[in-house]
Order: sequence, then structure tokens, then C-alpha cells
Amino acid sequence: MTENKSTTRDSPATERPALVPPVDVAEDAGGITLYADLPGVARDRLDVHVDGDTLIIEAEMGLEMPQELQATHIEVSLPRYRRVFTLSRDLDAERLTAELKHGVLKVRLQKAEHAKPRRIKVQTG
Amino acid sequence: MDFSLFPRDLFADLERLQRQMQQTIEASPSIRGFARGGFPALNVAGTPDSVEIYAFAPGLDTQSIHLQLERGVLSISGIRTDELPARDSAASVHLRERFSGRFHRVLTLSDDLDPDQVSATYRDGVLHVSIARKAAAKPRRINVN
Repeated sequence: MTENKSTTRDSPATERPALVPPVDVAEDAGGITLYADLPGVARDRLDVHVDGDTLIIEAEMGLEMPQELQATHIEVSLPRYRRVFTLSRDLDAERLTAELKHGVLKVRLQKAEHAKPRRIKVQTG
Repeated sequence: MDFSLFPRDLFADLERLQRQMQQTIEASPSIRGFARGGFPALNVAGTPDSVEIYAFAPGLDTQSIHLQLERGVLSISGIRTDELPARDSAASVHLRERFSGRFHRVLTLSDDLDPDQVSATYRDGVLHVSIARKAAAKPRRINVN
């Protein structure tokens, strides 16, 4: 899985500026697990999908803010997140699972059966 | 195994180092001027009745968040645990950008706040602290006769 920084061929959402969420990616024999920090995002504002060989994570924050609020200090300046990764062929995009808890997205991508590591027996001649 | 021909998380490590250094150097923010960067990211806003602080701190257990308000200084601290496999396990880590470990951020707020009227809620990874202003400090319209 590699990150895809080109944004030319994608949906109209790319035209709107978005934050790049920090991610952790770990790989084991069964597949890849990705964690992304998406604070402020509720489940219904999150979109995780695979388009061809591209994994796209898009999310919108839904913060309830009081009226007549005047910002005095801003570190998070945009209300949405977006990050795109290119998947390798050994991953089975059909078996993708996504969980969102306390603003952390966990995506699990299984490896295709043929791509799982197999132990090769060494014959003695 | 942690060895890789393309150590992509080198940049993430450098960024984290820079962030940690920044936190150490800018440890004493002045009134309404806070240290930038670090975890959690903060947005601060005010209304005539209150000060609203939004801390973007995903993946925390509410029990592990420590909030303290003393003389207009709010401190947010806690610990965030890593969900990644241990370095010696069979799994390999390709990217490691998310914050893990202890965090501590201090905000100097104005001194017109009422320490008895504070509410804090944690929702979708955002900690929202609302502190009411003291009644005497609220702007009042003065009639001109």
C-alpha cells in the first residue's frame, strides 16, 4: 500500500481543501491495518471506499458550536479530512472492514488467499 | 521486522521530534498566545458569556484525560496508547505518524472566568471544555442619560 499524492483524477471533493489525517499502517501475515486520526467525525460523515486500486478516506467534522462564537486561537482550520492510498494487488478490497471509535478510524484490509505467505518445504535430495 | 529499504516513517519521526522540541521550547505561552503544534491540537473561541475550548484528541479513554483549571490557566494532560504491534513481533509497521505517549498542554485564559462553572464533554474524539465568564465581567450596556 502506497500513498497516492496525485489528486487529478478524483471526485469533485478534491477541489475543496482538506486536512491530511495522520495514519499508522501495520502489516501482518493476514493483511494490513490502518489507523487514522479523524477527531470530530461522526460515523455518518465518514466515507471509506475503494475505487479500482485506490483507497479513499473522506470525512467531515460535525462540531456543534454555540452562536456568536469568536475564534481567538485556531490550530484546526478546516472542517474536513481526506487521504488517498494506492493498494497493491495482493490485497482483497472486497473484504475491507472499517470501524470508527472516539475519532479513530481503523481499516482492515485482508490479503487475497493466493498472496498469503506459505511455508515452502525444503526437500533433501 | 522493522528494517525496510525505504524507511518511509523517517519523516514522520522527524516531524514528531520537531513537535516535541517545539513543545519543550514554547513551554511558557503568554496570555492568549499559545504554543503551536503538539497534541492535542486546540481551537479556542469566546462568546460574551463563556470561553469554548476544543481539543482534538482522538482515541482517548475519558478516564485518562486530566483537566485542571487554576487561576485562568487550563491544563490538559493524559496518555495515549499505541495500537500498533510491538517492534519485535512478526508484523511490520509501514507508517507511524499518529501521536502516542504522554501529552500535556497548558492554556493561559483570561482571568474573568468562573472556575465553578466548567463543563467538559468528550465526543467523537474532541474534548469540548466550556468555561463561563464571571457575571461581573460580562459586558453591560450603559445607558446614557
